[in-house]
Amino acid sequence: MGGFFHASYGSNAVKTRGLLIIPGSLALLAGCGGNDVDPVQQGANPSLPEQERGLLPSMNIAEPTPWGNERPTVPPGYNVTAIATGLGIPRQTLVLPNGDILVAEGRGGSAPALRPKDIIAGFIKAKGTTSVESGDRLTLLRDSDGDGKYEGQTVFADGLNAPYGLALVNDRLYVANQDALVMFPYRIGQTQASGPPVKITDLPSEINHHWTKALAASPDGRFLYVGIGSNSNITERGMTAEANRAMIWEVDATTGAHRPFATGLRNPTALAVQPGSGKLWAVVNERDELGPNLVPDYLTSVREGGFYGWPYSYWGQNVDPRVRPQNPQKVAAAIEPDYALGSHVATLGLSFSTPAMGSAFTQGAFVGEHGSWNRSKPSGYKVVFVPFRGGQPAGAPVDFVTGFRGSDGKTRGRPVGVTVDPRGALIVADDLANVVWRVTPERQGPAAVSPTAVTRGTAESAGSATP
Amino acid sequence: MAIVHEPRTRRAIHPLHAVFLASSVPLFLGTLLSDYAYTSTYHIQWSNFASWLLVGAMVFTGLALLWSFVSLLRAHRRKGTVLVTFLLLLAVFVLGLINAFVHARDAWGTMPEGLILSVIVSVLAVAATWAGFSTLRTGVTR
Repeated sequence: MGGFFHASYGSNAVKTRGLLIIPGSLALLAGCGGNDVDPVQQGANPSLPEQERGLLPSMNIAEPTPWGNERPTVPPGYNVTAIATGLGIPRQTLVLPNGDILVAEGRGGSAPALRPKDIIAGFIKAKGTTSVESGDRLTLLRDSDGDGKYEGQTVFADGLNAPYGLALVNDRLYVANQDALVMFPYRIGQTQASGPPVKITDLPSEINHHWTKALAASPDGRFLYVGIGSNSNITERGMTAEANRAMIWEVDATTGAHRPFATGLRNPTALAVQPGSGKLWAVVNERDELGPNLVPDYLTSVREGGFYGWPYSYWGQNVDPRVRPQNPQKVAAAIEPDYALGSHVATLGLSFSTPAMGSAFTQGAFVGEHGSWNRSKPSGYKVVFVPFRGGQPAGAPVDFVTGFRGSDGKTRGRPVGVTVDPRGALIVADDLANVVWRVTPERQGPAAVSPTAVTRGTAESAGSATP
Repeated sequence: MAIVHEPRTRRAIHPLHAVFLASSVPLFLGTLLSDYAYTSTYHIQWSNFASWLLVGAMVFTGLALLWSFVSLLRAHRRKGTVLVTFLLLLAVFVLGLINAFVHARDAWGTMPEGLILSVIVSVLAVAATWAGFSTLRTGVTR
């Protein structure tokens, strides 16, 4: 989301719904682009091709179409159902201890068009997203009888400002609005907030080019981690706009005091605490307009005090020449992320799995990929499972929910937040169709008890931290 | 000494065409200066100024080019200078458009191509305007 224009152009690679036409005479000047074979960009050592700087960025904007009778595709042995429809742009979800699901809905950002390009790019990109009104609220979904149908749908809280990250710590429900971290007192079973929220701290919100504020709680609940995206693709709004941006804050849950926990993360759009280790993990959206195969978005454990490169470099020490003045010291200090997920896939959701998700998906993390715009050949538009071994990602990502972008080139949905329900379900927010999907293993009977109380307990302390 | 008046009535350059032609020059020059300021200060606002000045310059260039094209079709005599004006304007327009795309890149991604193109386009814009104002005059004497 956000970030805009640059990169390469094969003359045949342009698909912008006829809005931009490249005169033939310019084709010679366009970058090479259009490589048919994509480099392997998943895992710990992604292949990083040369930067491409053509005249126009490759763009291929999603062409939205209703789901109709279609459904997302899930692996054999799994079912998918829509448990809520007609929402006001669902982004992240939270599974509460009693099984209720909270959905954060809204559209944020107020970045003004600074250049002619912003007007054109904004217009084109808006075609690939929903046009419904921003919900600015939390909706609570309830399945009272455990039949997998969430017949209860109530507004838990409204009048919020583009809420995104959610976390529950005991009886405190934290919500990261686009401009502030707020807290609602919460009792199990509650379907409506008892009053307006209490502000814990303001969050950086000027311009809000990347407006989403991801949220996770430390295992002991003392701290909250807030992901704050950069205010530009690559500093084109100036360095002063980047104060307190592109970083993860550690916020004291009681006092609201905060400090940067890790920096140089261009757009950390989802945070989750790993069950067991208690480590903080993040998915991060990397920079655009360096070509269709740069820069891979990634999943990484977040080191306290770590610097991850933005804006000066990417994937460790690969310098981005678009940043002036450059900073060789910062480049030298940049940490390589743990695991690449592919360029432009737009990772927006992260949740660690539990055994209740089925034997093939026990150990690892689910990642929601909203899908690309800065690439003629679409990437993302699915939910993948990253297998873990010994607490680290191991092996290639496995498709878990696909079919958001059909073979007909039309896009029916775009996944955002993913949340593992410890009872054995993956909740997927779809901000194009305004639907919440629930994927369950087939053998999971309606009245099934969660496999082990221990699993549930662990997952909840961490799961509560999983927006 | 004979003073010969041209037999046909010749009109000066149309005032509106003059505005289109002449306006592009300071706007391209502004683009160039803003680009230079960005390269020497790294202040992004100069790059923003350059982008917008370039849009303004391109609007006037486009209108002047259109006018020039029609003039070319309607010219009966002295097609040469009209053609030169048209070709210069065409060059300004094409290079200016490429420059606009270059200026749509983020941050320092516009450089150094942006500055180089701004220099070339500014020079060509001056030449096109010069040629445009040279084509038709009143009171031509021999």
